[in-house]
Amino acid sequence: MLDSKVPEGPLAEKWSKHKFNLKLVNPANKRKYTIIVVGTGLAGASAAASLAELGYNVKAFCYQDSPRRAHSIAAQGGINAAKNYQNDGDSVFRLFYDTIKGGDYRAREANVHRLAEVSVNIIDQCVAQGVPFAREYGGLLDNRSFGGAQVSRTFYARGQTGQQLLLGAYSALNRQINKGKVKMYNRHEMLDVVTIDGHARGIITRNMVTGAIESHEGHAVLLCTGGYGNVFFLSTNAMGCNVTAAWRAHKRGALFANPCYTQIHPTCIPVTGDHQSKLTLMSESLRNDGRVWVPKTVDLAQKLRKGEIKIADIKEADRDYYLERKYPSFGNLVPRDVASRNAKEVVDEGRGVGASGIAVFLDFKDAIKRLGEDTVRAKYGNLFDMYYQITDENPYKQPMRIYPAVHYTMGGVWVDYNLMTTVPGLYALGECNFSDHGANRLGASALMQGLADGYFVIPYTVGDYLAGLGFDPVDKNHPNFERTRKEVEENVRKMLSLRGTKTVDDIHKKLGHILWEYCGMARSEEGLVKAKGLIQELRKEFWNDVTVLGENEEMNLSLEKAGRVADFLELGELMVDDALNRNESCGGHFRVESQTEEGEAKRDDENFRYVAAWEYKGDNLPEMLHKEPLEFENVKLTQRSYK
Amino acid sequence: MSGNMNLTLKVWRQKNEKTRGKFVTYQANDISPDMSFLEMLDVVNEDLVRKGEDPIYFDHDCREGICGMCSLHINGRAHGPKQGTTTCQLHMRSFHDGQTIVIEPWRAAAFPVIKDLAVDRTSFDRIQHAGGYVNVNTGGVPDANSIPIPKVVADEAFESATCIGCGACVAACKNASAMLFVSAKISQYTLLPQGQTERYSRAQAMVAQMDAEGFGSCTNTGACEAECPVGIKLTNIARMNREYLTAKFFKQEEAH
Repeated sequence: MLDSKVPEGPLAEKWSKHKFNLKLVNPANKRKYTIIVVGTGLAGASAAASLAELGYNVKAFCYQDSPRRAHSIAAQGGINAAKNYQNDGDSVFRLFYDTIKGGDYRAREANVHRLAEVSVNIIDQCVAQGVPFAREYGGLLDNRSFGGAQVSRTFYARGQTGQQLLLGAYSALNRQINKGKVKMYNRHEMLDVVTIDGHARGIITRNMVTGAIESHEGHAVLLCTGGYGNVFFLSTNAMGCNVTAAWRAHKRGALFANPCYTQIHPTCIPVTGDHQSKLTLMSESLRNDGRVWVPKTVDLAQKLRKGEIKIADIKEADRDYYLERKYPSFGNLVPRDVASRNAKEVVDEGRGVGASGIAVFLDFKDAIKRLGEDTVRAKYGNLFDMYYQITDENPYKQPMRIYPAVHYTMGGVWVDYNLMTTVPGLYALGECNFSDHGANRLGASALMQGLADGYFVIPYTVGDYLAGLGFDPVDKNHPNFERTRKEVEENVRKMLSLRGTKTVDDIHKKLGHILWEYCGMARSEEGLVKAKGLIQELRKEFWNDVTVLGENEEMNLSLEKAGRVADFLELGELMVDDALNRNESCGGHFRVESQTEEGEAKRDDENFRYVAAWEYKGDNLPEMLHKEPLEFENVKLTQRSYK
Repeated sequence: MSGNMNLTLKVWRQKNEKTRGKFVTYQANDISPDMSFLEMLDVVNEDLVRKGEDPIYFDHDCREGICGMCSLHINGRAHGPKQGTTTCQLHMRSFHDGQTIVIEPWRAAAFPVIKDLAVDRTSFDRIQHAGGYVNVNTGGVPDANSIPIPKVVADEAFESATCIGCGACVAACKNASAMLFVSAKISQYTLLPQGQTERYSRAQAMVAQMDAEGFGSCTNTGACEAECPVGIKLTNIARMNREYLTAKFFKQEEAH
């Protein structure tokens, strides 16, 4: 059933040949088609702008008050591209290879190679738009090495690369809005997909200001709605990030792939209390100079937490620089998943620091001694300021406290090589799909994928689908529009009738705790089985005892949250099912049953070298697993080692 | 926990754009100094929902100080008492036990209140629609390194480009002028070679849209710069004025 549509031929020629083989829509006919784009982050804004430039009519939607707010804007580090401007041995194949390996051999070769190929076009495009990347004194673009890569291929704009790239895509979008080719709908939330004869032909949205439930018709629908990290309640995602659009599409027939692949980023500011609403990432680059440690003994850690001793009282010999000790060759620069898991391990042993005991130190004392405070300030000043502002602790004087947090979701809506889901006419782009990062995403690759999909993939592939449709406008009087809209209205009414004792956030926080505990950095069969039961109970609690205030015809905070959390509850259960099924460790998915003698993640290529794509079968029915086998013809599968 | 605070909030409540609003007083008790300002409002809202009362609507999203969605006039100042921060990055340790905090939406004719503390800032979007871009299509552009740009120029353009579009400049200005916001985008493109071919028509189009939206004039008080959470400089406004004036002479040379 699952056809990835990966073209034949040698890896490096697949995309070029495929582009030639795709059907084209005559320029004069493009205006006869309407394309719906949901979400205006890097993937959505770039897709909407590029498609409108080609002549298609585009309707774009975002839940924020402006398309410029999408959470792509918060990406700090940079964007990879195989430009080899530094003459240090980079190439399309090397970027492809690093990405496949970094994803622990759980991504599709052809997709990843295409990503590496178009990476070079992205930088050209952004510069032409006026994106102010960092430059050398000679006026050419600067690069840095990022996330342990052996080459310098990361383009950046100080610590605000995502902001600058998004504002570039937003500017291209604005140009098309001005020309009347894109109709923009701010403060609109997508609540369902409308299908006719099995094809996606529109969406149902709620106007978040007036409450109006509206139908929008189009010849194709592009989901560019980001990841589902907020299923954990606490994550580095924006507060509004949600899975609703993707999940409702899933319930209309789009398979959902590898939901258990979540990335937990090691360097975030720790939780301070129950009031915590989100977590803040501190750029990975800090690990270049900071040393990670905890006290050697539980006793010392306890005394420190109680305030009986100060950090300075802990002698050098009593500090355990555990990453340097366990991984002498990579030290503090081990990949994200390894760093995160080790932090959890020492905290679980009772050696954590800070009032809560759920944190480890990231210490710049030696870097300041070696480089001087001014040099450290020049490199990390903005990050140190941010840390100071949030924690009221001065990282120049005492070590930072950090702890892992949910950051990115590699899983998502299943798509074929054309980015089409299992529902014809329905596409998924960017973090919303599952396709390019396997079981672990490398630093500076998310921005690359969002823009690759939007600027350089979908403009080719969507035409192939549209060219086969004929020119008839979508029949907006088709009964399926009315029927789907009624179903959405019914769901909204059901939510608004809930008058229990719990708030939506109460339930969401509980869900987050369950997933963090049992489906977070380490997963076991026992824990996952328990989590499944707990989530099912919680779902009942939601529908029996939550309270949703107000009415539909107003800006309604309770209602917005309730709809999202109802979907997170269903997704959470599928994540647990997926983690249970995948009885191997790979990338960010660590099953305690599958580890090497040294306690590292151990893949099982023989049994699990596949994409797990789940099919929705109806309310309260188990989802059905489909397997897309992964073939590796151009790389050799190896065990990652960072010793 | 020791050090927690009890606060009195006077919050602007307004059902929608068409109804009149008013201040409503709430108690916020046992507030930790480690909470962000918005987390304090979350706590108040959770209490309201438990009591069956409508929670306070306010705009926010990233809570990292970069998306520009959060707003709030706090005790008469845009984004609160600390300089160089957005409301989401303001922490309760900037307040003290027993304090009364007055919380209002941005006040400007071009930013109508749509509910409680949330305003409609689509006027900012429409100014960007008018000219906040370089006219290039996807594909067919030159290699990125074929456009060398001196580092100092690129850095200066970057400084202007960091505007987060929150609207604090408008809220802080007694005339509700949007000059700082508009000039930041015009400056970015004026400084960069990519923006040269349309610099004059861009300045004219964006300024015309700014005027059409009903923003006020600039009288050089500098309140916008003082309240800008990301440090956009007044020099941008000077540059925009120069572009706008020069445009009157040179616009014809740009073939559009």
